[in-house]
Amino acid sequence: MGSLALFFRLMAASIGGQARYPASALLLTLGQFLGTGIELVAVWALFHRFGEVQGWAIGEVALFYGLVNCMFAIADALGRGFDVLGTEFLRTGTFDRLLLRPRPLALQLMGHDVRISRLGRLLQGVSVLAFATVQAHIAWTPGAVVLALFALAGGIALFLGILVLQGTLSFWTVESLEIANVLTYGGVQAAQYPLALYAQWFRRVLTFIVPLACVAYYPALAILGKPDPLGAPAWLGMVSPLAGFAFLAAAFGAWRLGLRRYASTGS
Amino acid sequence: MQMLQYRTAALAGFATQCWWGGIKVMVFAAFYGGSAVAGAASPMSLAQAITYTWLAQGLLVLLPWLADPEVAQAVRTGAVAYDRLRPVDAYVLWFARSAGWIAARLLPRAALMAAFAAVALPLAGLGEWAWQLPASAAAGMAFLLSAGLALLLSTAMVMLLNVAATAALNERGISAVVTPVVIVFSGNLLPLALLPDGWQTALLVQPLAGLFDIPARLYFGQLSGWHALVGLGLQCFWIGLLAASGHLAMGRTMRSLQVQGG
Repeated sequence: MGSLALFFRLMAASIGGQARYPASALLLTLGQFLGTGIELVAVWALFHRFGEVQGWAIGEVALFYGLVNCMFAIADALGRGFDVLGTEFLRTGTFDRLLLRPRPLALQLMGHDVRISRLGRLLQGVSVLAFATVQAHIAWTPGAVVLALFALAGGIALFLGILVLQGTLSFWTVESLEIANVLTYGGVQAAQYPLALYAQWFRRVLTFIVPLACVAYYPALAILGKPDPLGAPAWLGMVSPLAGFAFLAAAFGAWRLGLRRYASTGS
Repeated sequence: MQMLQYRTAALAGFATQCWWGGIKVMVFAAFYGGSAVAGAASPMSLAQAITYTWLAQGLLVLLPWLADPEVAQAVRTGAVAYDRLRPVDAYVLWFARSAGWIAARLLPRAALMAAFAAVALPLAGLGEWAWQLPASAAAGMAFLLSAGLALLLSTAMVMLLNVAATAALNERGISAVVTPVVIVFSGNLLPLALLPDGWQTALLVQPLAGLFDIPARLYFGQLSGWHALVGLGLQCFWIGLLAASGHLAMGRTMRSLQVQGG
């Protein structure tokens, strides 16, 4: 069986398992939808009171918000295996079993637990995108659609890369550490607003270290046809999502280093 | 090693809270800094909104979105039977235990957050993003008193969650529903004063305001004199009401609870 076929098989098995309990899956999805939606209350209330923020209207900010939530929802569904690597695989010794199988390790982990409930966040992101389209009068030309999908793919790669790094870290700690939340959930939070609002050092971090700006801010500017208030050229948004893939590749590099260091816990 | 890992986890949680607070502060600064109109449209100054954010991060543990894990475990393992045999009221026993559980997590985190936002930030040259002192000594005292009441209020709410978790034998579903409501209406998401003006009265009298928003208003001196007493009274009212209904609900659940041997 090809690697990709195997991956889809694992994914189908994981989703099938959750579909056995439809009520539970539905409730969890609803919970995610509501739970991830509360940040919207803050965004809405601030715009309600202040009208706009440094020339940005609510519809434009909604585009960032929707895009980044869609990215994270998909990456989070795929990356669960890396997220729980420490607690569910390393500690229990299950990881050795994965190593014995003659199949790519990363695919096995990605197919490990594809959560239906992550659809809740995805659904929320898509609804916010619809709102943004109406509010900011976004014209979804074929070019804009392709760019949005490209940005989405780059963003998924980036968030997946963060989860892979989190998994890598657990080779050393044998524990899934929450510190990655700063980059996953915290990254989602940071990228929900236009980068131009932040202080310069923070913008640099989000561009060059964890390139969230490359997958969300610059492509969104290109889709909106809005010039960057900080003066970045317009074509930047067309290529910047590549940074997400580069980040993922670097994360897998670190992963291989960690793997070489891995010694079974013996349990 | 285990201890170290818990400490790492706690530090990781703290780092996340600082990050969260930092982003909020930058977003506030952007909204306020946009125009002169913006400052006038707001019932609180930027410095107050920033201090509010750090206070909210420091007092985060007060928010009741989880049942006390010890109680849930006692019910699951049957250890609850011993508590039933003790010659004290089980509600009072668990209330004291839960209050201790909250306070033990609250104090170190609040102290760390104060060290970061009130001391380290100004030292790093980010004085305008720092946690400011209370409006006056009286405001500070009122805040401390109110924060103490908020701890009791939080415990009364956790007790209700405990009872609900006991009845349902599972607290995950309950906490999924409760969490967003608590975050919005306690003021943790956004200062309640920044929500639409038409909602203000309703926002102020609902019980969750007593967890954080009323203490914060006392801190800024927005509630002073007679109004401060009303705020504290409101907290006491909700503590009394919620504790009474918790006591009642717990008695009822306990009677129907079946401990299965062991």
